[in-house]
Amino acid sequence: MSAGTTKLDVTVADVVPVNELVTRFHFRPTNGGHLPTFSGGAHVVVEMREHEGATPRLNPYSLMSSPLNTAEYTISVRRDDVGRGGSLFMHRQVKPGDRMVISYPVNLFSLDLRAKKHLMIAGGIGITPFMAQTAQLASSSGNFELHYACRTASLFTYGDVLAERYGKRIHLYHDDRGEKIELARLLASQPLGTHLYICGPAPMIDWVRNTAAASGWPSETVHYEHFSAPKPGLPFDVTLAVSDKKIRVGEQQSLLEAIEAAGVDPPYLCRGGVCGQCETNVISSDGKFLHNDHWLSEEEHRSGKKIMPCVSRFEGRSLVLER
Amino acid sequence: MGIQFRTETFRDDFTFRNSPEHIRRFPFPFHEDSYMYAVNIEPHVPGPKGSVLENLIDVDEHYVSEMADRALVLAEDPLRCQSLPHMTLAGWDLLELLMTEQAKGYPEHFTLTRDGDNWHWINRPLGIDQKFVFGDLSTLPYGPMEYITRQSQGDFCILDQRDGNLWMDAGIVTTQADWSLDFDIGMNFFEWHAPVPLAHEKGVFTRALKFLLNIQQGQPARRLNWTMTINPRLDTSPENFHKWGPDRTTVTPENVGQKVHLRVELQSFWRLPRSNAMVFPIRCYLIKMDELATSKKWARRLHRVLRDLPEELATYKGLTRYRPTVVEWLAKHDDGAPTSSGFGPD
Ligand code: HEM
Ligand code: FES
Repeated sequence: MSAGTTKLDVTVADVVPVNELVTRFHFRPTNGGHLPTFSGGAHVVVEMREHEGATPRLNPYSLMSSPLNTAEYTISVRRDDVGRGGSLFMHRQVKPGDRMVISYPVNLFSLDLRAKKHLMIAGGIGITPFMAQTAQLASSSGNFELHYACRTASLFTYGDVLAERYGKRIHLYHDDRGEKIELARLLASQPLGTHLYICGPAPMIDWVRNTAAASGWPSETVHYEHFSAPKPGLPFDVTLAVSDKKIRVGEQQSLLEAIEAAGVDPPYLCRGGVCGQCETNVISSDGKFLHNDHWLSEEEHRSGKKIMPCVSRFEGRSLVLER
Repeated sequence: MGIQFRTETFRDDFTFRNSPEHIRRFPFPFHEDSYMYAVNIEPHVPGPKGSVLENLIDVDEHYVSEMADRALVLAEDPLRCQSLPHMTLAGWDLLELLMTEQAKGYPEHFTLTRDGDNWHWINRPLGIDQKFVFGDLSTLPYGPMEYITRQSQGDFCILDQRDGNLWMDAGIVTTQADWSLDFDIGMNFFEWHAPVPLAHEKGVFTRALKFLLNIQQGQPARRLNWTMTINPRLDTSPENFHKWGPDRTTVTPENVGQKVHLRVELQSFWRLPRSNAMVFPIRCYLIKMDELATSKKWARRLHRVLRDLPEELATYKGLTRYRPTVVEWLAKHDDGAPTSSGFGPD
């Protein structure tokens, strides 16, 4: 097993249209039992395959179900007619009973449990991580307040559900009615020890972060969700000069995994770009290195003479390694 | 048939020893004839049957006696176990992890039954049968972290992750190599590592932290660390330095084999699911020089490592005083033959 490859086999238990753009998917473990526990704000990476054997497309989605319920996970997917097509696949192809593969939960947007109060700002489909976080906080009598803006009432995904669950703690703003979050006032009126969480379109995240910074909020109290795309990238070809082999690194594979798959046994330890074991000399290259390690110096990255195959990739015409 | 738990002590009359099977499974930490700090982190995946890595949370023949020693330390000094208020949820996470792993690895000794939040835990070696409600503090005799770590070998630090750093905000530390939880509580990764020589300059800690921050659920990692201890004492804490510090002056060529111990820590790193915190179990293994020398390779290699160890490391690990005596003793077991690479005995 290498880092980044722990997967869960799930079966689609239900597909529920929420409104004209958003559909909810329920996943249960294919082999029965429970899914791993997660914390509010976590996401999973969903693998979408057009057909068996096809290279999967990978999209991250926030888990929106309660962390207290590990019998199933739910995600909500907003149809994006111009995006890479992952959401279209989910909307058009995924049916109850389908088997799918998802990653273990990963949390890059976790609650700071020291906070005296959690102030949440959501825009559009950015509501999903807050669904899980509010459930988690409500179960442990945490203090939270959610401000949620959406274009129209008909697109107010889970606005009604949240209002019903949490009453006055939920504030809804309809863009088409000219309602606007009075951010400066809201931020100025928070008790000491409040943490701020933002999830929504990029301009909204910028607006809230800038306003918070201008009103003197320390940056460690401001949290925002930004998906770091899963590490895999485009396939590329490599020549292993010492072992005299030509290999192709798949979209989902690391260069190290591809070298191993070709029967070559390079040294490694961490498989995470920090230990230095897998350092490999580049004999020649024509293209761009995508260095993702923390081992080589910036100078070495620029030199194009070395690569750490456990995490780094390449885009271009040719790459020849001393391996 | 399960593990035959030994009755032994880690203080006063020091009756601790390893059975022959346990000598063979000792996690010898040197894969070559020299030692220097490095980012020696690797995925924590199960290892060969019969090794300390067979189960990711290892329970061995010293379990019952180590737990008795921990209880003694805690009775004398409650500050060995601390948890800042925001870490209770992480404590429940840890309780789940340790109960699940121990029950999975050693079904003859531990059983966990879960019915929603109603849990039933049976720990046969310690004679515990506990029904409780997961998440409800009033249903356990201690907080969740203290409850389960009084039944789990090794020290545990729970690190809160925030602001791109790890913070030592909870832990139970009674089997440590000369550091103090009470001193380190609330510190971040760089602060608590400040006393370590050479490693900062080599970039070990900046790289290691980047790796740790990225550790995901279901993908634990591990590393080994080592030092030496005179007499098989688990609690070598700064608080009790007056009790064990003087032992260092008692090493003679005649008693090296029985008195001097190699102390290896199997450290692992786990993301906790509910709290998103990280737990750092530090599992301590001791072996007497006499026991270690039953493997020719180990004795030969330890001789070379100790002899050539950089002075800064020897000072930091507190070996200065008795190193020459031990090196001399080990030299008799070093015929100069080459040692094969890797950790295992011959
Ligand atoms: C988050 C997990 C970790 C915790 C809680 C932790 C804690 C500690 C503590 C308390 C000490 C003793 C410092 C003193 O003298 O007061 C120490 C020493 C040390 N740590 Fe860590 N550590 C962690 C992770 C790591 C990692 C990932 C590495 C390197 C890859 C590392 C490398 C070291 C080294 C080299 C020493 C000196 C040990 C010796 O020579 O005996 N630590 N650590
Ligand atoms: S295996 Fe550690 S840097 Fe690549």
